[in-house]
Amino acid sequence: MKELFPAKQVMGFVFSLILTAVALLVYFTDLSFGVGMTILLVTAFIQAFLQLVVFMHAGESKDGKSIYTTIFYGVIIALITVFGTLLILLWDM
Amino acid sequence: MEFFERFAIPHPSPMIYASMVAIALVSIGILVGITYFKKWGYLWHEWFTTVDHKKIGIMYLISALVMLFRGGADAILMRAQLSGPDMKLLDGQHYNEIFTTHGVVMIMFMAMPFIFAFMNLVIPLQIGARDVAFPRLNALSFWLFFAGAMLFNISFVIGGSPDAGWTSYFPLAGNDFSTSVGTNYYMLALQISGIGSLMTGINMMTTILKMRAPGMTLMKMPMFTWSTLIANVIIVFAFPVLTVALLMGTTDRLFGTHFFTTTNGGMDMLWANFFWVWGHPEVYILILPAFGLYSEIISTFSSRNLYGYKSMVGSMVLISLLSFLVWTHHFFTMGQGALTNSIFSITTMAIAVPTGVKIFNWLFTLWKGKIRFTVPMLYSIGFIPLFTIGGVTGVMLAMSAADYQYHNTMFLVAHFHNTIIPGVVFAMLAGLTYYWPKFFGFMLNEKIGKSTFWLLTVGFVLAFFPMYITGLDGQARRMYTYSEATGFGPLNMLSFVGAALMAIGFATIVYNVYYSYKNSPRNIGSDPWDARSLEWATHTPVPEYNFARVPQVFSSEAFWDAKKKGHQLFKGELKDIHMPNNSGVPFIMGIIFFIAGFSFIFAIWIPAVIALIGIFVCMALRSFELDHGRHIHVKEIKEIEAQYEEVQGNEARSHTTTRV
Repeated sequence: MKELFPAKQVMGFVFSLILTAVALLVYFTDLSFGVGMTILLVTAFIQAFLQLVVFMHAGESKDGKSIYTTIFYGVIIALITVFGTLLILLWDM
Repeated sequence: MEFFERFAIPHPSPMIYASMVAIALVSIGILVGITYFKKWGYLWHEWFTTVDHKKIGIMYLISALVMLFRGGADAILMRAQLSGPDMKLLDGQHYNEIFTTHGVVMIMFMAMPFIFAFMNLVIPLQIGARDVAFPRLNALSFWLFFAGAMLFNISFVIGGSPDAGWTSYFPLAGNDFSTSVGTNYYMLALQISGIGSLMTGINMMTTILKMRAPGMTLMKMPMFTWSTLIANVIIVFAFPVLTVALLMGTTDRLFGTHFFTTTNGGMDMLWANFFWVWGHPEVYILILPAFGLYSEIISTFSSRNLYGYKSMVGSMVLISLLSFLVWTHHFFTMGQGALTNSIFSITTMAIAVPTGVKIFNWLFTLWKGKIRFTVPMLYSIGFIPLFTIGGVTGVMLAMSAADYQYHNTMFLVAHFHNTIIPGVVFAMLAGLTYYWPKFFGFMLNEKIGKSTFWLLTVGFVLAFFPMYITGLDGQARRMYTYSEATGFGPLNMLSFVGAALMAIGFATIVYNVYYSYKNSPRNIGSDPWDARSLEWATHTPVPEYNFARVPQVFSSEAFWDAKKKGHQLFKGELKDIHMPNNSGVPFIMGIIFFIAGFSFIFAIWIPAVIALIGIFVCMALRSFELDHGRHIHVKEIKEIEAQYEEVQGNEARSHTTTRV
């Protein structure tokens, strides 16, 4: 019976509901713009990662390693682009 | 009548009217010719619907050559206009349009399809596969590129060409300053062909990672395969940025958003920023496959293993990461602070290190080799010193403080032509000559090929080296004329002479194809160059299924070792071969994308919406389509194989090969 119960998926589902609720709170409570955006960004990225690992089964096939390598590389390129752009256009303008 | 006024050219000139007539006549001529010779069925069954990587590669090749002449015509017009002070050949507007289309055509519609041509032609053969991973997607990539290219090329006779430079910087490219539909053409045509490029990137990456012959580990892949893998990784990570930037630019121009405006919260520098986040990796997308081709050619014609295989791979991986770290060096003078400029100066100069490693590896491959001075080898040997000069001036430009002097002058123009022409164009012509016999069954004439090489090299040096001097003297880029007092006249005349020599050089390529088609012998065997990698281990011309038996690989130079050490590449019984079916959907989608693009450019919404729906209908139909492909049975394979001579590396080897 224990093997049949999809504990990981149920936990993932509950956790993603919690993340959604936290994100929704930003709308209903009176937070400053900065704090609100931070919460949204953090919950959004955790949510995306959760979906990828639990429901889209990243890492469960024999390509798991290359999937994570690609994601890691993509994240690095994205961070470089975003922070580089911020540096050029805002912080050092 | 009012409806049709939008299609008129805003700045007509006799030259444009002449081109209109020429285009109309040539189009009618082609249509009548195909109908007269009853070739529509042949074209449809063999080419328009094909999913065969070799045929798609040949179509890319032909498109690239045609676009080379289109872009070359732009170039010779520009050089003619600048050949003397106060020339009246072109007016300012026409000159703006020509330098814009020259840049876009040469990068997006000449260099990109040229490298895609070689990827398509060579990669599946080089890794011992039967086709790419997604053959139909591959056909769609080609037809999207073709739709984009055609869309861009009709701009100068319908509605006016883009005139804001190939970089199309906002706010100049915004509606306030670029009032014609030209920049819409730029946005939509690049968008459509860019989607095609992105799909090729995914396709080639998957092919190389998943479909290599048994025994070919990553570190046993030939160098062109490695360079293609890295280039396609860069495509996958860089092209989405262009897609989004073009979309934002399109909505700015068509729907009145304010991403790149100077008012209402827009940020005018953001376009330049996004453009170069894509644009700098783009130059490595072009140059890395070129490096791969040079590696193959230099090692073949030196009869030596490629020196420093691991360092070659390592330097390419490093270049792929560094290519994303340098984009600011394209706009050092835009006003950001010294801190940013210093960071990007250092990352830019760092790229010279892995590139230098590669240069030394090629030199050491040549060292003590038995060098054969064939045409592909001449291009490769010409490339090394010329490209190094381009690289060194690149390091000069990388110093941000000094860049304030060089920026936007002819010095910069000389620099990037100095890297792209010996780097990419020479590689493409070397590859063209090198791989020609494999796909067409006859060799290109060596004598004419050598005169082409010398015409291009001498022409190149005469055309671009004077620009370094006039650039340092202050001749600005993109200025359509100058006064006699500036003293730029004589050197610009020299440039024009060089450009004319190059034009003659390119014309000799066409003559060479014609001459060789008429006169070259056809019994050249499967390995005319005595080459080293798997693409030469199959018949010439290559059968539809590439290899009757899947090759077994033991080293990075599988075919060479099969010839010299007696490795057996092809073992075991013949089996039925599973091949994909042809499909007309990619071609039809290309046409629909063309219609969608054209309607968006002129803001004619009803056909635009219908075409967009058509695209999604095609995609939905595909997902419901049941297509398991077809099988070529052993009996058929035997019949086809019997038509060819035995290839080397087979179990029953023949020792006779024809060499030149």
